[in-house]
Amino acid sequence: MSLSILIWLPLVVGLVGLALPRARVGRWSALGSLVTLGIAISFLARFKTGHAGLQFTTDKVWISELGIHYKLGLDGLNVLLVVLTALLFSVSIGWSSQREWDRPQLFYFHLGLAESAVLGAFCAQDLALFVALFDLMLIPFYFLTGMWGSGDRVRATTKLVIYTLVGSFLMLVAAIATGVLASSEHGTSLTFVLSQLRALPLSHTSQEWIFLCFAAAFLVKMPLVPFHGWLPDAYKSMPPPVVAVFSGVLSKVAAYGFLRVVLPLFPFASVHYQTLMLLTALVSIIYATSLAFTTNDARLVVAYSSVAQLGFIVLGIFSLRPTGSQGALLQMVNHGLVTAPLFFIVAALAARAGGSEDLRAMGGIAVRAPALAALFLIVGLATLAIPGSSNFIGEFLILLGVFQSKLAVSVIAFLGVVGAAYYALRLYIRSMHNRVSPSVDSREISWREAIGVVPLVIVILVLALYPRFGLVRSERTVQETVAPAQLLAGSRPAAQALRDAGLSGFLVAGSIRSGATTGAGGTP
Amino acid sequence: MSIVTTHAALVAATRIKGPHIDWLALSPFVVLSVGALIVLLIGLLSSSTARRRVVPTLTLVTLGLAIGFEIARFRHSNLILSGALQIDDVALVLDLIFSVAAIAAVLLSWRGRAAEEAGHGEYHALLLFSVLGMTVLVSSTNIVTLFLGFELLSIPLYVLCASEARREVSLESGLKYLVIGSVGSATLAYGLALVYGATGSTDFSVIAAAVSKGGLFGGVLSDPMLLTGIALVMVGFAFKASVAPFHQWTPDVYEGAPTPITAFMATATKAAAIGVFLRFFDVAAIGAQNKWGPWLAALAAFTIIVGNVGALGQSSLKRMLAYSGIAQAGYMLSGVVVGTRLGIQATVFYLAAYLLINLAAFAVVVARERESPEGDDISGLAGLGATNPGLAWPLTIAMLALAGIPGTVGFIGKFYLIRALVAGDYTWLGIAIVIGSMISLGYYLRVVATIWMRRAPDVPADRAPGQVRTPTGPLPVIAGGSPEADAGLEASGRLGAGELEPGQIAQPEVAVVAIVCAGATIFFGIIPTPLFHLVTHAGQAFAGLF
Repeated sequence: MSLSILIWLPLVVGLVGLALPRARVGRWSALGSLVTLGIAISFLARFKTGHAGLQFTTDKVWISELGIHYKLGLDGLNVLLVVLTALLFSVSIGWSSQREWDRPQLFYFHLGLAESAVLGAFCAQDLALFVALFDLMLIPFYFLTGMWGSGDRVRATTKLVIYTLVGSFLMLVAAIATGVLASSEHGTSLTFVLSQLRALPLSHTSQEWIFLCFAAAFLVKMPLVPFHGWLPDAYKSMPPPVVAVFSGVLSKVAAYGFLRVVLPLFPFASVHYQTLMLLTALVSIIYATSLAFTTNDARLVVAYSSVAQLGFIVLGIFSLRPTGSQGALLQMVNHGLVTAPLFFIVAALAARAGGSEDLRAMGGIAVRAPALAALFLIVGLATLAIPGSSNFIGEFLILLGVFQSKLAVSVIAFLGVVGAAYYALRLYIRSMHNRVSPSVDSREISWREAIGVVPLVIVILVLALYPRFGLVRSERTVQETVAPAQLLAGSRPAAQALRDAGLSGFLVAGSIRSGATTGAGGTP
Repeated sequence: MSIVTTHAALVAATRIKGPHIDWLALSPFVVLSVGALIVLLIGLLSSSTARRRVVPTLTLVTLGLAIGFEIARFRHSNLILSGALQIDDVALVLDLIFSVAAIAAVLLSWRGRAAEEAGHGEYHALLLFSVLGMTVLVSSTNIVTLFLGFELLSIPLYVLCASEARREVSLESGLKYLVIGSVGSATLAYGLALVYGATGSTDFSVIAAAVSKGGLFGGVLSDPMLLTGIALVMVGFAFKASVAPFHQWTPDVYEGAPTPITAFMATATKAAAIGVFLRFFDVAAIGAQNKWGPWLAALAAFTIIVGNVGALGQSSLKRMLAYSGIAQAGYMLSGVVVGTRLGIQATVFYLAAYLLINLAAFAVVVARERESPEGDDISGLAGLGATNPGLAWPLTIAMLALAGIPGTVGFIGKFYLIRALVAGDYTWLGIAIVIGSMISLGYYLRVVATIWMRRAPDVPADRAPGQVRTPTGPLPVIAGGSPEADAGLEASGRLGAGELEPGQIAQPEVAVVAIVCAGATIFFGIIPTPLFHLVTHAGQAFAGLF
């Protein structure tokens, strides 16, 4: 089965849904999303661990005059993220199908288009295709927030789109420049296929400005401080299923973009700007954590915790070590699994607190809702990375990686771990425990609400008991991805990993900072 | 012998050997001129069916034939008329663009007031003459032909802008266009004369040779007469292409003119003006590229900023589209600046993409103007997504395509342009294009938000959505008009509010234009290869370009 079926099935389901009557379309979309999830799991099951290259590839020439290929593939970096996407969209569509929406055909169509675009962005192995899908995936969310959101939704969604597309358009120029400069400097024909671009390194000055453009796009998307200005309004305006997938999946495409595109193609620039990126991530962690434990809006607590977690992920990526990047990848999956149920739980809390998401209106909701309290506790403890959860493993690996490369940064980042405990527990205690607030009318969680939480809690528990599941497939690929930048940074990757990556030229060229390489000498 | 042989000798001596006329190469021009004359004559018949049905149909037939001949002439590059016109692939591709734009204009004005008031025969004949002028302009190899085409395209448009003579803004628009257009033409003529004086010939190839020769003591490149001439020519073209700071006429003229004519001007005239930029600067003046390149690049960047910023504050959809067209002219000019074959291909691709997208948008504007009193007011679009998805979707797709969202042909066009700019060492201009796109999101998204995210105001119960509405009551008297003519118009029911059967589309031809163009925008955004084949032809026509 080709990856194209996995990617385009949600869009087809959405298009067919446009023609269905409003009573049927919710179930039709939910069914379609479950089929997509099944296909994604089948790819996961057939995935060969320990294999560093791309699997299930599709490679067709899309626009030959521009050198753009329609190239898809799964490897250790994206296989779990693809399954995460399918899972989160199924859960969200399942939750939505239990509710009435205005103009439901359009709602499910936009969700289907969004899912296809995100899956395509994860699977794309061509730079132009990746950038196109990265830009495209924002548009359905513009409509979803603007048409079905709450509050000042039009302003919020316009701010979201313009902020994000400013970065993304800069990335477009940078991507085109990458292809054009690579082909002109090396005398080859124009190509945007990532594997071919890896063999055509750019000059240092080109790498620097191109890196900054890509970083701009990804940092705004995640978002990290100081590009998070769109976050509070947008997250507050989105309906719960939309914010669940937005926070769970879209931010990960940006982090994944660093690993897929930036580190392999611009290793010099990654090293050059390593300190800058680490500091940005650190500031995000500290600032967002402090915002999370001072705000009174339950949804914003989760939103700011998201920023902090993504700060950790970027910290791990820019440690430029396989350990850190492995931790970052695991955290991407973990964070997605944790943030989506949190938003659904906040929606359930609001339903019990008279419609308000303000923490001051909540309190004592656990009294008549033990199952809700149990589920919330599991998710909350996972958020704060309690030892025993998979989040703990992820954060540990990230901090270990940063510890090895930049000690001071990791020491300060530990504050973020403490802060996470504070805001997560504060959210839980203020809403569920203490005195029952006068506006609260607590009741047990219903199946309609549980459908957004229970599947994800099950996966969280499975990963907590067996975190290696999230790590083993990505090991080889991560080593190969990080190797060029790691070499330039002065640490010594295994020469074998480099040779496997076909980048043994770096073994010769890369002896700039490290002096001696591990025995490879001058042999190409 | 004497009488007979003398007679035979006389006959042989007086039989004039005419020049060889390549009728097949000349065919598009012949078809357009003959078609225009026939349409003009048929329009004089008094039968109302002849005027309202036969004339537009004949116009469509003429344009269809012209397209057929243009496609048939692909890859037969030819100099005809003693070297006055060059029929090569870039000219043919641009001719296709003009013809498609004219077909859309005819369809959009089928039920409109403009053709009614100006006289069907005159209206359609003027349209065809304008198309003829455009085809002459982009095929020109000679200063004189260039000016001829320039005027032939402009003068009918001055009249067409004013054709809805009962509306004051239409007359104002025509007059403004006449005055500004004449200033532009005069500047152009002066500049062309100076170029002739500096290089000694009216033919582009001779000019190109003279310009690139250089020579001792700076030669002709440092000749102030030539440089002034080139600068004035640039200004003359800039007026026509609405390049800043010569764009001031565009919003007023576009807003006042009848919307089908605005659609025609926005697409075809812009294509003709950019096409002549290509012809002149990338053929005749190519040797001086290092002189005019930076100036043109600065103009392009300035245009992008002015156009995008100007559109931000507009409340009228037509004015917003006018300013957005100014910005798009800036993008297209960037492709000319690069001076490489890739730049030309990217420009022509973008022109084709721009044609499709704009036709979809203007078709929706035409439909809206006939349906509601708010006409082209953007806030009047509120709730269109719910009340009339057949118009809402094409307009949404058009707005997103103009912003450059992936999945539409607008994205591919911008990608191609930026690639040509980076490859031609003009990366900063590529960044300017992208900054322009960022600014443009502000107004394109405002339209999309109004359509989908705002509630429609309460619609009066006596008017169903989609019903065509034309103003009732006495119309202002026009100079030279007759009460009998007005009575005739009213009696024929053209001035009353139309009654529709339920489920009947009010204006199928407008809906067809909107939906076909919007569908093509998405189709070519996913499978752009046919358009690429078309523009590769165009690039190959420029031999000798890097």
